[in-house]
Amino acid sequence: MNMLTEAAVERKLDTMDEQPAIKMRGENVTVHYGDTQALFDVNLDVPEKQVIALIGPSGCGKSTFLRCLNRMNDTIDICRVGGKITLDDENIYDPRIDVVELRARVGMVFQKPNPFPKSIFENVAYGPRIHGLASAKSDLDGIVETSLQKAGLWNEVKDRLHAPGTGLSGGQQQRLCIARAIAVSPEVILMDEPCSALDPIATAKIEELIDELRENYTIVIVTHSMQQAARVSQRTAMFHLGNLVEEGPTDKMFTNPEEKRTQDYITGRFG
Amino acid sequence: MTPGVLIIIVLVLTVAGYVLGRRRALALAKRDGARLHSLPGYYGQSVALFAAVPALLLLAAWLFLQPLLIENQVSTQIPNSAIPEGGARSLVMADVRRIADGLDRLVEAGSLGEDDLATMRADFSDIRGRLASIGVALGSNVSPAVFQAAKSYRSLNGTGSLLRNTAVIGVSLGLGFLAWRRVRPSMRARNTSETFIRALLMGSSLIAILTTFGIVGSLLFETIHFFRMYPAGEFFLSTVWNPQFRGGSTLGILPLLWGTFYVSFVALLLAVPIGLMVAVYLAEYSSKTLRSFAKPAIEVLAGIPTIVYGLFALITVGPLLRDWIAQPLGLGSSSSSVMTAGLVMGIMLIPFVSSLSDDIINAVPQAMREGSYGLGATQSETVRKVIMPAALPGIVGAVLLAASRAIGETMIVVMGAGAAARLGLNPFEAMTTVTVKIVSQLTGDTEFASPETLVAFALGLTLFVFTLGLNILALYIVRRYREQYE
Ligand SMILES: Nc1ncnc2c1ncn2[C@@H]1O[C@H](COP(=O)(O)OP(=O)(O)OP(=O)(O)O)[C@@H](O)[C@H]1O
Ligand SMILES: [Mg+2]
Repeated sequence: MNMLTEAAVERKLDTMDEQPAIKMRGENVTVHYGDTQALFDVNLDVPEKQVIALIGPSGCGKSTFLRCLNRMNDTIDICRVGGKITLDDENIYDPRIDVVELRARVGMVFQKPNPFPKSIFENVAYGPRIHGLASAKSDLDGIVETSLQKAGLWNEVKDRLHAPGTGLSGGQQQRLCIARAIAVSPEVILMDEPCSALDPIATAKIEELIDELRENYTIVIVTHSMQQAARVSQRTAMFHLGNLVEEGPTDKMFTNPEEKRTQDYITGRFG
Repeated sequence: MTPGVLIIIVLVLTVAGYVLGRRRALALAKRDGARLHSLPGYYGQSVALFAAVPALLLLAAWLFLQPLLIENQVSTQIPNSAIPEGGARSLVMADVRRIADGLDRLVEAGSLGEDDLATMRADFSDIRGRLASIGVALGSNVSPAVFQAAKSYRSLNGTGSLLRNTAVIGVSLGLGFLAWRRVRPSMRARNTSETFIRALLMGSSLIAILTTFGIVGSLLFETIHFFRMYPAGEFFLSTVWNPQFRGGSTLGILPLLWGTFYVSFVALLLAVPIGLMVAVYLAEYSSKTLRSFAKPAIEVLAGIPTIVYGLFALITVGPLLRDWIAQPLGLGSSSSSVMTAGLVMGIMLIPFVSSLSDDIINAVPQAMREGSYGLGATQSETVRKVIMPAALPGIVGAVLLAASRAIGETMIVVMGAGAAARLGLNPFEAMTTVTVKIVSQLTGDTEFASPETLVAFALGLTLFVFTLGLNILALYIVRRYREQYE
């Protein structure tokens, strides 16, 4: 049950040799929604400039963990986070941390494409504008263009930058959301099932894009597709019932996992 | 038998129909060993509906038509000679009705037998006296012709009622029986009652629509009447509003429209920003507990009768504005002013704007907020740059609805802004609005058929057209907004 082509295996083995730096680190992370606990003492490292995939059956806490990484859970009244999460060795739950700045450094792409009801240009320019990243109109144009290019959308939309973003196809909308996230030059990009609303061709495009983005960004992706995890990630973390079951290099996880639960999940025996 | 008793009888038949229909369905199903198409209750319902609805409709139609027909019939019986000099046939008919009514009561009280009445003649017996003894006072002695008419009015009414009762009960029984006969297990009783209910719902909405048409129709009719007596050009273009008792008035709508828009403008200037901020606070910032207190508390404002707001304007806001602002600044010395009415009306509109906008802001998908927070935007940036633009069309709709309320408001204006029609810019002067003048022209003591009174209808129609336009615009905008997220 090996879904990787040989070339891909080799590529992954290459990247495995050198030990990358740790970009983000979760230590004993617990999360409660009201009285129910959703995460139990999760310890997970996010390596720099790599893609780490979070997998596991529905409701196991993948999104919850992901949303801890940019404190998106702060927007939910009943949610309480315990433990420690660091970004470049700085505790992001420290009261002195500016959440707004943190979210500019740790961007997010959601499950359902959610472009603002504005033009394509305005969607991408939104982040740079509020953070004052562009001093002149030409700077802004440049940022928008490079972001759209990096998201692989430029050629499709360059003639209609002022058409509404909601008028694009689902896959294009999702790439627009990725461009929007890239535009504020984050260091980490969190993606929560970014392809679950897309067809195979749009999915393939986004996966290709993720592979390219790895060069400059650290990426954490939640996915339900084992193939996708195998295709795009270097490391994989398996969650079950709020616990981190196992974490390791992707090819090892898929060929020779240590835990039986991982084996069972990957081969489709539960979940 | 009065209509009330008749209705009760029909209802009893309905209940009986329900029970019998249900029982027959069950019995037949058992006898034939067949499966019922619908639940047994539906068979009962279909019989009940046939027993009730047509009979009640017939009754309603009868109650409406019978008096008209009998009036007609009887009024032709009255010779012209029986109508007093300078009087009208309708006045005589009113007498006829009252005499007939009195006779009914005499018979009921037992002081007059039916046989006696048949032979009784107006010129021989003191009818006026006897009627007065039971509390029916007549202006003059009863002439034989009128008495005769009253008697035939009575007997026609009696026959009519008898016919009515028989017909209604007959229809109820007959159709109920037919429906009962039709009951068999394979009958699609569920669908029958569905059809009936659909017709019922459709009928109700038809009533609402027809009423609107009726209102517009009557306004239109009187307005046309008005424009026959008064030139339309002058009505719409004259800048003077000066009605006279003795005719020769100038009835220009412009000062009134100006007052209406000025007061509404001041009101919206207050209500829209405050209402919006309240809505944003409630929807985006407040905690759940605070919201559950604050929202109903603000909505209480919407439940206060406008006359109470009017009192507030008259005794508190008006004098306050005059003493502290208008007089010191030399802008006027009247406590009734555009400002007074506008501010108080604005307060009244705050919950209106805030409640609608709150709903609209809440309807902006959570994904929009998360998208914005995820890019590192603060809460107020998110509100200003994402939520407000997304909610804008809906908010415009809410504001337009508030505007059409402001335009139609009367009480606060009468008590806050006064009744002087004036075209001016000073907001501390008294002015008045279209609605106020509609009331004062209609309740004035000029003759109904004079332009001074009929102008009220033209004013009303103009106002109706304005608010209708605003409402249509608002609905259009709100609808377009809905499409955006579905
Ligand atoms: N806003 C919330 N309020 C209360 N409970 C929540 C909330 N969000 C998530 N939960 C609970 O936390 C647990 C983990 O949910 P989470 O969304 O992280 O799962 P998931 O692994 O992302 O699942 P899926 O694959 O279906 O997206 C679940 O039991 C869920 O019911
Ligand atoms: Mg999830």
